[in-house]
Amino acid sequence: METISQTIERFGGVYLLPVAVSLIALVLIGIPSSWVTLTVAGLAMGMMIFLMASGLSLIFGLMDVLNFGHSAFVSFGAFVAASALGYMSGWLGADSLALNMLAVFLAFLAAITFGLVAGWFFEVVIIKPVYHDHLRQILITMGALIVSEQIILAVWGGAPVSVPRPSFLEGSWLFGDVTVEIYRAFAFALGLAVYIALYLVLKRTRIGLLIRAGVENREMVEALGFKIDRLFVGVFMVGSALAALGGAMWAGYETLITPALGGEMMIVVFIVVIIGGLGSVEGTLLGAIMVGLMANYIGFLAPKLALASNMVLMMAILLWRPSGLKPAVK
Amino acid sequence: MASTHPRGAQFIKATVLVIGALLLFAPFLFQDTRSLEVAARICIFVVLVASYDLLIGYTGIVSFAHTMFFGFGAYGAAIALRQMGPGWDAVLVGSLAGLAVSIVVAIAIGLLSLRVKAIFFAMITLAAASVALVLASQLSNLTGGEDGITYKAPQIFKTATKLMVDENGKVVRILGVKLNGKLAAYYFVFASSLALFILCLRIVGSPLGSVLKAIRENEARAEAIGYRVVAYRTFVFCIAAAAASLAGTIYAIWLKYTGPDTALSFNIMIDILLMVVIGGMGTMYGAVIGAVLLVLAQYYLRDLMGVVSENLHGIPLLPELFEPSRWLLWLGIIFILLVYFFPKGIAGTIWEKGARS
Repeated sequence: METISQTIERFGGVYLLPVAVSLIALVLIGIPSSWVTLTVAGLAMGMMIFLMASGLSLIFGLMDVLNFGHSAFVSFGAFVAASALGYMSGWLGADSLALNMLAVFLAFLAAITFGLVAGWFFEVVIIKPVYHDHLRQILITMGALIVSEQIILAVWGGAPVSVPRPSFLEGSWLFGDVTVEIYRAFAFALGLAVYIALYLVLKRTRIGLLIRAGVENREMVEALGFKIDRLFVGVFMVGSALAALGGAMWAGYETLITPALGGEMMIVVFIVVIIGGLGSVEGTLLGAIMVGLMANYIGFLAPKLALASNMVLMMAILLWRPSGLKPAVK
Repeated sequence: MASTHPRGAQFIKATVLVIGALLLFAPFLFQDTRSLEVAARICIFVVLVASYDLLIGYTGIVSFAHTMFFGFGAYGAAIALRQMGPGWDAVLVGSLAGLAVSIVVAIAIGLLSLRVKAIFFAMITLAAASVALVLASQLSNLTGGEDGITYKAPQIFKTATKLMVDENGKVVRILGVKLNGKLAAYYFVFASSLALFILCLRIVGSPLGSVLKAIRENEARAEAIGYRVVAYRTFVFCIAAAAASLAGTIYAIWLKYTGPDTALSFNIMIDILLMVVIGGMGTMYGAVIGAVLLVLAQYYLRDLMGVVSENLHGIPLLPELFEPSRWLLWLGIIFILLVYFFPKGIAGTIWEKGARS
């Protein structure tokens, strides 16, 4: 028994979990081509959820602040990007690939900028006065979530908004009898790029060092003379911008968005963050991919259970590891 | 605080008594169906908010699953009434089934997550509540899906039922109010809500209530004195869940309809949160004040906002913001301001005012 767990640890420990899940799913599904399609879909979904969840996890890890309003950034990101894309629909329809890409880039830029500004506002105006008071934090961020949802309803209306997709992201690639939607590949690539960027910033730069040290022990970093508060505003802004980017990606993925989007994603994001362990980027990635894969496999195998599956997954993981798979804080 | 009877406390208690009296005579004072609907809704929400206050105000744990338990109770009664036909046996079976499910789920959630940080608990209850909502709309052969269930209440609560007849066989009227089944239904709602509210009040005043407050104030110290914090938290979570479940049953009998929107939606949770914070966390009487204010706002503020919106016609965005359905926006802002400046809510703030003078 001892040796088995050591061997598993050497090959990656909990990181093997998604691999194990996908192998079991391969056996259960039995058709390799649909399995590949589902796996790609799951990975893409996982990456988008990772974008939304990573900020929340870091914010909590660094400052012990849990932002229940985080999903507001997701929906704002989705709606801002949708509006921006709608505004530039001429470019999207154009034949030139460069114009297409520019339009997508600008739409994402709009979402990110909005996320940065809104994150700054949120941090400074709403959360700063209630540091170190979990009860009021939950209440205030919940209130902020209500207000932002209502603002979205007031600005964009309650009817579903359709999101135009650029033509170069439409369609799918065919490998034999395996179809891979281009947008999913794009989502996966973007998510991976963000993860690598986050990883490099956290592990290779001075700011990353400070953030990791702050997650580990805030008082100590402060005692050494660094202004954690200022750093935290930055982390909060980046986290919100990532959520907005995730929302923008999600909007393009769903192509039809409603104001309820934020609320729906919030549950998934929470489950991911709990599974992964609060405060760690690796854990969030792991949790997001697990949730994405499970959602797609179960959705194929037993569609009725699809939504409950996340809950069951969370329960199982919490029973096994009460503080998540890869917690940053001990 | 309670022993010294400061003026603020007396004022709050008097207000609550007046509200209670108004609710008691509501069918005679406000003789239209809408007002009676409002009064019944207030009664139900007083129970819901009071039981929620046990959690958030007295024990300091934030749960987002309170509507889930409310829904269990409501769906229990609804399913039993539809399957077994209108009758008290169905009500009994339904409420007991709802109660049992609520308590089992509460114990499971409590033991699983109350030992970790409060913030985990909030997230897990939120996830559980959303799963319950999805299940209710998916298991459509049992719960009626999105459409919900319509059913008949027990015979005595039917509007056509005559409680007392005069010699001509007509319904007796007192002060112009017909003594019919609707009246009986209202008093059923009122009496059971009152009983549940008094139960909550009693719990808060009992030794158990003191232990809960000790846990809220300093968890580590309470543990050190020898109270098993996890056990107490789980226990109070179960009590709150049971109360919410019973409130759900009562509401299901009153409405004769149960659906995701009336029993399980997240909006009800937001309403409860707003009520408990506006009324005052950890005051119990605040539950009454918060519930009254918010239910009145729900029914009558929209009309007012419609008027404002009409008058602002022509100015960009402003009419949109004052649109009657945007009332939650303003309540949300009030909510945030209250948490900042009056974290004790209306009842708590006034209560303390008197204590100082």
